Amino acid sequence: MIQPSSPSTAPARPWLQRHRWLLLRRFNQLGILAMFILPPLFGGMFAAGNLSSSMTLDILPLTDPLLLAQSMLTGSWPALTGFIGAGLVVVFYALLGGRVFCSWVCPVNLVTDFAAWLRRRLGIRAGGRISRSLRWWMLGLVLLLPLVTGAMVWEYVNPVSMLHRGLIFGFGWAWLILAAVFLYDLLVVPRGWCGHLCPVGACYALIGTRAPVHIAAPRRERCDDCMDCFTVCPEPQVIKPALKAAGGHGPVIDSIDCTKCGRCIEVCDREVFGLALGWVGKQGFLNRDRDAHAPAERRKNALQLRETRAASLRREAQDNNVSIP
Amino acid sequence: MAIDMQSKRNGVGRRDFLTGLARTAAGVGLIGLGLGLYSRRAASLPAWALRPPGALPEDDFDGACIRCGLCVRDCPFDMLHLARLGQDIPTGTPYFIAREAGCEMCEDIPCVKACPTQALDHGLTDINDADMGLAIVSDQDACIAFQGLRCEVCFNICPIRGEAISLDYQRNQRSGKHALFIPVVHADHCTGCGKCEEACILEEAAIKVLPRHLIQGKLGEHYRLGWEQRQRAGGALVTPDAEHRYNLPEGMRYDHGGEGLIEAPGDAPFPSDPLDTLNRGGSL
Repeated sequence: MIQPSSPSTAPARPWLQRHRWLLLRRFNQLGILAMFILPPLFGGMFAAGNLSSSMTLDILPLTDPLLLAQSMLTGSWPALTGFIGAGLVVVFYALLGGRVFCSWVCPVNLVTDFAAWLRRRLGIRAGGRISRSLRWWMLGLVLLLPLVTGAMVWEYVNPVSMLHRGLIFGFGWAWLILAAVFLYDLLVVPRGWCGHLCPVGACYALIGTRAPVHIAAPRRERCDDCMDCFTVCPEPQVIKPALKAAGGHGPVIDSIDCTKCGRCIEVCDREVFGLALGWVGKQGFLNRDRDAHAPAERRKNALQLRETRAASLRREAQDNNVSIP
Repeated sequence: MAIDMQSKRNGVGRRDFLTGLARTAAGVGLIGLGLGLYSRRAASLPAWALRPPGALPEDDFDGACIRCGLCVRDCPFDMLHLARLGQDIPTGTPYFIAREAGCEMCEDIPCVKACPTQALDHGLTDINDADMGLAIVSDQDACIAFQGLRCEVCFNICPIRGEAISLDYQRNQRSGKHALFIPVVHADHCTGCGKCEEACILEEAAIKVLPRHLIQGKLGEHYRLGWEQRQRAGGALVTPDAEHRYNLPEGMRYDHGGEGLIEAPGDAPFPSDPLDTLNRGGSL
């Protein structure tokens, strides 16, 4: 499916191995949709509602926190199930990484991934650039509008809920919005929606800021610069610090933009990438790794500090004519 | 010069930074303006679309509803729908159309229980308190009850039969010997479930359910109904009641209680001296 931009020096691996994460992801995305769509067709119910808020097997409520926040900003107070549902979603993505939603759950990902794939296949190079920080502006706007107007303004156009609700309850003209997102990603700005504008993804990114699950490049010294990972990555800017150790950066991809789609792991013929579990510090090292790397230095520092303190105490005691053993 | 030096050091000068910031803010602001204006237009609910039981007033509802469709899914009768983009109803919000299928008024109100927000007010526990709209006999020329034909379908299908819709028996002027069975809606009891409109046998329903604020009247706050006040107070609050005296032959009087013209010996309506009449209370 993906043509390496430059031939890798490693032997080619089977197709399935190069796409195992992608297949898992598609299975997950379509499986979630199926749980909502299929049972009602046979008169049953598995997951009711949609991604905005759902109830699974009459016991598990899940609510989109950004939607609930907008609703509350209009001055409305949700019911208990709404709060519980949003809490569960926040905890889940806070642990797993916020943008896991984008690559593993969000149905728009199917549309924008298709646009990105088509761009690569057709070799479309055209397209402008917009700032990735626009999504934070959009997130601010989405939260400000309900406060000002008292209405859930974003929900009149939100492609994420439009697509998911449309697939379950019927589209109307909502497919036009999705077509717009597709064409925009294909022709106007590459990866322009999810990575640059979508406030839903921005919100989830914030939720997952401190998540202990990461993609990392622990075998980065093997990298032969074939660029495959940069080609498939929806947020290629997150790879560089970890892969190229820019500015002494550790091997962990610590940007909240990383969607943890796992495509870099599977496309790399030299198996540079992998998962890393643990809290990450400022420099792209896992905290426990940093401790493991520098125990001797820390011991030395601690001894030095103790020595300095003892010296100052002794001096003080001498000044006061007190004898210290 | 100093600014140039700084801009080279940081990669972007203060002027560039501020211009970029202003440009982004203006762009995002324009998007916000567009969205805001569109939403004002898109948020209006047409009168023929009714909200599920317990729905907040429309302005609040639009802010509270998160468009999840859980009420639609939990309705055992599948009469609720989620509005689609392009319909005249706010996209993604639940509605029903009375003529197609009215609310069956489940006693446990599953749609309200399913709502994860308070868009459907969880304080609604008795379905008879629901207020989805108000029925109105909107066309007396078309309604066959007004033609003297027996129908009473709306009266009989009404879940609060006899209270929300009652039958008013009137004389059939055309035949002179039959009764008209006129359906009358009582706003205090009608929940706006829409069953009457759904069931109306006409090609186009002559009884319709509309948002209450469009059709319900209201007395001025200052208005008092005399007979109610009198009953509450146990007597007349202003001038004491005096029986109206008709100019009748001597020894006769008229009774409004159903007796009609009766003999009342010694009860001459007007004594020969007019002053006596005036002294008797001044009423004629």
